[in-house]
Amino acid sequence: MNVVDKKPEKRSRYSAGVMEYRQMGYWDPDYEPKDTDVLAVFRLTPQDGVDPIEAAAAVAGESSTATWTVVWTDRLTACDKYRAKCYRVDPVPNAPGSWFVFIAYDLDLFEPGSIANLAASIIGNVFGFKPIKALRLEDMRLPIGYVKSFQGPPTGIVVERERLDKFGRPLLGATVKPKLGLSGRNYGRVVYEALKGGLDFTKDDENINSQPFMHWRDRYLYCMEAVAKAEAASGEVKGTYLNVTAATMEDMYERAEFAKQLGSVIVMIDLVIGYTAIQSMAKWARKNDMILHLHRAGHSTYTRQKNHGVSFRVITKWMRLAGVDHIHAGTVVGKLEGDPNMTRGYYDICREDYNPKRLEHGLFFDQHWASLNKVMPVASGGIHAGQMHKLVDTLGEDCVLQFGGGTIGHPMGIAAGATANRVALEAIIFARNAGRDILREGEEILETAAKKSLPLKQALEIWKDVTFDYASTDTPDFLPTATAAE
Amino acid sequence: MRLTQGCFSYLPDLTEADIRTQVQYCIDKGWAVNIEFSDDPHPRNTFWEMWGLPMFDIKDAAAVMLELNACCKVHGDSYIRVSGFDSSHGWESVRISFLVDRPKNEPGFRLIRTEGAGRMVRYSVQSMTAVAE
Repeated sequence: MNVVDKKPEKRSRYSAGVMEYRQMGYWDPDYEPKDTDVLAVFRLTPQDGVDPIEAAAAVAGESSTATWTVVWTDRLTACDKYRAKCYRVDPVPNAPGSWFVFIAYDLDLFEPGSIANLAASIIGNVFGFKPIKALRLEDMRLPIGYVKSFQGPPTGIVVERERLDKFGRPLLGATVKPKLGLSGRNYGRVVYEALKGGLDFTKDDENINSQPFMHWRDRYLYCMEAVAKAEAASGEVKGTYLNVTAATMEDMYERAEFAKQLGSVIVMIDLVIGYTAIQSMAKWARKNDMILHLHRAGHSTYTRQKNHGVSFRVITKWMRLAGVDHIHAGTVVGKLEGDPNMTRGYYDICREDYNPKRLEHGLFFDQHWASLNKVMPVASGGIHAGQMHKLVDTLGEDCVLQFGGGTIGHPMGIAAGATANRVALEAIIFARNAGRDILREGEEILETAAKKSLPLKQALEIWKDVTFDYASTDTPDFLPTATAAE
Repeated sequence: MRLTQGCFSYLPDLTEADIRTQVQYCIDKGWAVNIEFSDDPHPRNTFWEMWGLPMFDIKDAAAVMLELNACCKVHGDSYIRVSGFDSSHGWESVRISFLVDRPKNEPGFRLIRTEGAGRMVRYSVQSMTAVAE
């Protein structure tokens, strides 16, 4: 990394022709990033024989002002300012041929409050660039001035808890199963049983929209009957994430309005609706006192593989800015991809006001959130009551734990499954607060609680041996070995 | 019915020793401890009556237990809850809340359905205690 080219004289810089990107001003190892710059770090794998610095400069160029040739119209602008500057290229530890590339972007390159604009700039063109074999956006540092231009989560963790009147423990949810095929009436039955049994939320799955077997209005009507009935039976605020994902914004607004009229406290969207639609729904939710749940449908197509795509921590940052109240962020112990250290990074992005740089969690930069509302991470997929101590220990209490199969698959029925989860959770929280070491004594705490709760006893028996022990794909680069999920 | 608000309503009713552990947890966290009571536990009834002011800067759970016993003596057949309040920046709200006493006979709630055009229904949860008064 000792190639330091002198910047060419102005006159030759703008002669017609093709020039190396690094000579066009996109490589500047002396550049000191400003507090107001947007910073990005990419994992870059150049094509064989391509110099990494030149490839890195090309990434900076193609994600800011450059095109493949010199254009005289640059001279009509303050082009030095608008050029992104690659200021650092480091080899990726234990991965020959790939490099961490740090690029600084001037704040003026971005429209305030627009994730679509940020995404179009940073990941718009450059991922298909021929001299690059693979490219992954690993992390970003968003300056405070830019953070402040976003609304952020419409509700936030604190106000969500106040509205729901639920404090001091993770919230409990379940996704209605089977995902597809239930009629509205049967679907509502699952919602009622689960909420009556002790869950706080039930949830539509990502692909439940409005299909031949269940029109969306039918689902909303039966679900809200179930929610109201469970509220009256328990004296608690209950909710069901009504998925408003639809083909057009007009359809989504119509569905969200209907959910509101029926008294729902929460609506849900899928990540696949796109950044602009998400920001629109965030504004709608803020205006209508609605909690906004985001299901990260589709993210693994670009977040999972280490060498190419966009890391989930970047998506999490964008979603906190765009403004969602809940985001699925991994379970560590469940059936879906999630290295414990990487997951910790996502949870910190959701819940902290300040994230210090922590390479072992995948956080490459200090990030200040300027009191933007916090996002409640959701742990969902292959978890059950017998793991409650591990879940609470790893994920903390400001999250939603979603037991789909782990509620509905209970041998004594859905309400019993819900009760088992709630008893397990309360027993673990109580024990933790009372000073016990829940990670070491967890199983014993659950066994003791099960003596007074038959549903929990049955849940522990049926699921005691269920674990998903596979190595993760997306692991930190700054630990010697991959950490296997427990 | 059994009202299941709060952190521990699915566990057997808390003993005095149990309550003490949770109060001490709040104190150790630096949270103020608040005692409240109500006959109307409607889920939207946010503001229960306060038993005195929230207790700031308490060192030992014993002081809270003393107040709690006094409250139970006077409002023994009401719902009583204890909450921990965190004044640190970014929270400035309740961090834990749990029921410590409840009436022997819990009258529960009634669900009122007001039918509208189409199949629209407006739901309203009515507290039976509040109706009786």
